[in-house]
Amino acid sequence: MENRMNVSASPHIRGTMSTANIMRLVIVALLPAAGFGIYNFGIRALYHMLVCIVTCVLTEFTYEAFADRPIAVGDFSSVVTGLLLAMSLPVNAPLWIGCVGGVFAILVVKMFFGGIGQNIVNPALAGRCFLLISFANRMTDFACDAYTGPTPLEALKQGEMVDPLYLVLGNTGGCIGETSAIAILLGAVLLLGFGIISLRIPAACFVVFTGMLIFFGGRGFDEIYLVQELLSGGLMLAFWFMATDYTTSPITKSGQIIYGGMIGALAAMFRLFGSASEGVSYAILLANLLTPIIEKVTIPRAFGRRH
Amino acid sequence: MSHSTFKGGIHPHKRKRFTREKPIREYYPKGELVYPVSQHIGGPAVPIVKVGERVLKGQVIAKADGYISVPVHASVSGTVTAIEPRMTVGGNKVLSIIVENDNQYERMPIENFCPWQEMEPGDRILQIQRAGIVGMGGAGFPTHVKLAVKNPKKIRTVIVNCSECEPYLTSDYRRMVENPEWLVMGLKMILSLFERAVGVFAIEDSKRDAITALQLASGKESRMEVKVLETKYPQGSERMLIYACTGKEINSSMLPADASCIVHNVDTVCAIYQALAFGRPLTERVVTVTGKALNNPRNFNVPIGTSFAELIDAAGGCRVEPKKLVAGGPMMGISLFDLNVPVVKTSSALLCMTKDDAARFRPSACIRCGSCVEACPEGLLPAKLADLAEHFQEEEFQKLYGMECLECGSCSFVCPARRHLTQSIRAMRRSLLAKGKR
Repeated sequence: MENRMNVSASPHIRGTMSTANIMRLVIVALLPAAGFGIYNFGIRALYHMLVCIVTCVLTEFTYEAFADRPIAVGDFSSVVTGLLLAMSLPVNAPLWIGCVGGVFAILVVKMFFGGIGQNIVNPALAGRCFLLISFANRMTDFACDAYTGPTPLEALKQGEMVDPLYLVLGNTGGCIGETSAIAILLGAVLLLGFGIISLRIPAACFVVFTGMLIFFGGRGFDEIYLVQELLSGGLMLAFWFMATDYTTSPITKSGQIIYGGMIGALAAMFRLFGSASEGVSYAILLANLLTPIIEKVTIPRAFGRRH
Repeated sequence: MSHSTFKGGIHPHKRKRFTREKPIREYYPKGELVYPVSQHIGGPAVPIVKVGERVLKGQVIAKADGYISVPVHASVSGTVTAIEPRMTVGGNKVLSIIVENDNQYERMPIENFCPWQEMEPGDRILQIQRAGIVGMGGAGFPTHVKLAVKNPKKIRTVIVNCSECEPYLTSDYRRMVENPEWLVMGLKMILSLFERAVGVFAIEDSKRDAITALQLASGKESRMEVKVLETKYPQGSERMLIYACTGKEINSSMLPADASCIVHNVDTVCAIYQALAFGRPLTERVVTVTGKALNNPRNFNVPIGTSFAELIDAAGGCRVEPKKLVAGGPMMGISLFDLNVPVVKTSSALLCMTKDDAARFRPSACIRCGSCVEACPEGLLPAKLADLAEHFQEEEFQKLYGMECLECGSCSFVCPARRHLTQSIRAMRRSLLAKGKR
């Protein structure tokens, strides 16, 4: 008996949360918004999701197999990437576009930089922006059977009014997973409840974004206008699910607030002064690039070293 | 109502139910007793007995060597059979005095002992050193050194660490429930050294019976209070405890006295009581023998020097084959590769685990989730420190306050990638400490 004892350094017990569990929870949290996307845009939305997820998982698996690295697809992280990518596609886009975006997101953005935890920018967002630049027409064609008019954000830009109730519920045009604020919030509450994300990043995003709109939006504190801006153009999905991506956000607590604030400010700037309506994606990608520097200047002082 | 606590920390499964309701039982050792001369921080004690000599229970068998050192006493009566290096809990061989038990438990008569109230404060501290008392929570720092602060008037709070935050452990809890009056008397004796201090029993809110017992026992004492803290690991860490009780922060290069505090473990306070009230030296301690692998987990009052192997039999033997044996709690305890090591003054538990989480999960890549940052009670960045440690970047490691780490294990516990964060950081800290860097 004595000879078969395990011996190792403490601690000898571990918590229950694993990487795969976290990713599974994120997927569950995305389901309300994804489900609403399918309900809203029809079965084609589901095809997009399947194409993206299968592409992402297969790309990671193939790379790992050929590069002779441990197979890590079991951590579900590429499923999250695929789902997020699909949710930020317009339903009318051709199905192959998800394939192109998925391969770019996983192969170039994630695996070439060292795999999970090593990528510099958010793979799903980078994949989406790659598609936006490469296939601008197909990626911004939001007309579909259900909705033929402009997306809420386009309408806003043209000075039209959009009923905020539609934005909350989500029966409007737009990308597959971004339309329903309430479904996204449901998922966000789940993530907050399980402690997967903290409020720091999204709160900083929202506070700074709203503040910028109040000061520079030219309408002052106009509730309807603010609510319309906050609920349109994929902002909710981006602030709750993309900005909070672990790998590409700072691990320091004060850094997370700065990072969130930066996203909020950039997103507002792109919305107010830029031409691309999906500016929030670029805002997050830019903030991703600054994460290492933010982390460097926000090293917390240790307990008892604060004076 | 929320109770005082610190920032960070974790909530591991407590698993105290195995032994929570098991009263402390006397244990009478069957085999030989092994007394390492170094069971404390400081100079090892010097053996003063010879092989073949008969010793009595409570007799000094190794005397203190210098000021930061304490004597070692025999915990049974019997014959010295050898003085030789023996394996200890830490895995290294330490010079030890081996005594064969004659099962008589004949006590060493206590000579010219006067009641503690009549002693000078300096003599009280000397008596505590003579009794061989050290911090019994795990560090093993000589208690008399802790008590002999330069300016006793500066000490405002004497904290009795009743939090016992490690999972499984119930030895302190049983003491508090069964002998709260010992603790109150012991604290009274310590407070007699510090005229301006108040005594605080710092206890986690989950230990309700102990809170009631201490409140009843200390009710009449005007200088004592029971402070209820949030149940969280590592609440019992000295720095976290001082912060929760007084709001003052100390770092690795400061002493509790810098925050006008003195912190003592439950068993230590009981030992002080025994030493000053009856002149009895420290010869036994409460050990929780627990774990899923055992038939009959229990709390024992064990004579120091007893072999850990005996304690497994005392707890009814193993139900199933244990995977891992740990001396101490699961968060900071030392895993044993040989059970034939003696219980020493700092041994609080023997834990027989049926599964080994550390071996069960393979570490994967860091996903930068920041869980370790949230959990670290010291406010450090464990993921970064472990990275730096693995790449031997000493300077950067120190710059990120790596030397402040408590090695409490919280970061490894929460890590979803199951990385061995504490372990890497510990290795780096040890190597830097050995080089004399702080």
